[in-house]
Amino acid sequence: MSRPDKFIINGKRLDGRLPDQLRPIKIEVGVLRRADGSCYIEMGKNKVVAAVYGPREAFPRHIQDPSKVVVRYRYNMAPFSVEERKRPGPDRRSIEISKVSKEAFEAIIMKELFPRSVVDIFVEVLQADAGSRTACINAASVALVDAGIPMKGMLTSVAVAKVDGVLVLDPMKEEDNFGEADMPFAFLIRGGKIESIALLQMDGRMTRAEIKVALNLAKKGAMEIYNLQREAIMKQFVEEGEENA
Amino acid sequence: MRRIVLPGDLLSTNPKLAGHGTYVEGEKVYSRIIGLFEQTDNSIRVIPLKGKYNPSVGDTIIGIVREVTSNGWNVDINSPYQAFLPVSENPECKPGKKLNEILDIGDAIIAKVMSIDPRMRVTITMKDKVCRAIRFGRIVAINPARVPRVIGKKGSMIKLIKSELDVQIVVGQNGLIWLNGDRRKVAIAEEVVYLIEEEAHTEGLTDRVGEFIRRRKNVQTG
Repeated sequence: MSRPDKFIINGKRLDGRLPDQLRPIKIEVGVLRRADGSCYIEMGKNKVVAAVYGPREAFPRHIQDPSKVVVRYRYNMAPFSVEERKRPGPDRRSIEISKVSKEAFEAIIMKELFPRSVVDIFVEVLQADAGSRTACINAASVALVDAGIPMKGMLTSVAVAKVDGVLVLDPMKEEDNFGEADMPFAFLIRGGKIESIALLQMDGRMTRAEIKVALNLAKKGAMEIYNLQREAIMKQFVEEGEENA
Repeated sequence: MRRIVLPGDLLSTNPKLAGHGTYVEGEKVYSRIIGLFEQTDNSIRVIPLKGKYNPSVGDTIIGIVREVTSNGWNVDINSPYQAFLPVSENPECKPGKKLNEILDIGDAIIAKVMSIDPRMRVTITMKDKVCRAIRFGRIVAINPARVPRVIGKKGSMIKLIKSELDVQIVVGQNGLIWLNGDRRKVAIAEEVVYLIEEEAHTEGLTDRVGEFIRRRKNVQTG
């Protein structure tokens, strides 16, 4: 992949989107039979599977916390998920993403309800195309709901990038690789409103004013994704209901 | 039809109503799980649709012995926590009898939850007339959140299955169900249990189950 000369032509991005437009999203719930909760999501060319197990007995014993549940989050990229084969196993980047995502979820899971146990969240990136951590958080959030884990609300995540001096929502590969800045957000959504920011990262440069605009752009995108997440969870029940009628 | 709610859905602005499956923050009541929203005059609650069994005192449960220790048994009760059955709580214990001769690893038992300490150490007892070791019959596992539907309103669903099929049935609150009786009838009962699990969130389930049983019985006899 080489750097495109221009990212925005006639107000449209390389893939024809407007700056404030998301990539197409597809969400499926309950895709894994043996997991307590699971979710498959496609955000543009990102393809991610999330599995949630638990709360279950924590092993090894020394990780148990007598007052609250332990959350484990594993972000992993398949070797075939990127153009150049990725060496399997955790690396610096995936350990960091796992850590920040885990902390985002720890803030919304009601941990004190299940002392001495563990909730395992596994997310596997099958195909990556920029913003895979946001896709992973969206998938994990749906999988947690599917597992029936008590939470304050739901997490919804989306990134904003800056290319050619323009802020764009949900960047794709080219915009992420060659852009001037990239800023993933995750929001806690409760009562149909954005309550707080659960995750915020950035690389590159943005001015203070740009960050404000980026935040609003991300909020708008997050609400769209949230509605899709809800729809996907509800769909399981509606379909079953129709079969009976 | 009762509304399905997700974690974080706003249910009410009156914190006095908050019941099971909800939480209060800033004078507002939110759902904390995925479930069915139920509102009565003096409470709102969310009936869970998913989730693990969380033991509470007095529950009848079905467990599987995982370990025999010097003073009792560790029992898997299909929850995040293992339960402990002390020797003193098993009436089958008599002096001179070895523990693993009474209950061994892999044996299934019907027991009751006796106590739970703040660190979620669960103690169970077999000193009750429904409690016993299970040596025959069939155990069916379902999602623990669906157990109330298998029991039905005041046990209506169980009564229906018992009267229509003439099988013994004990429903553990932890999602394990013991069935015993004529083999073919147990097979139908098992299908019925799975049907209830699948359609737990729909209305008019008892009638449909009754019809289902009658249809299945006709297939077998005819």
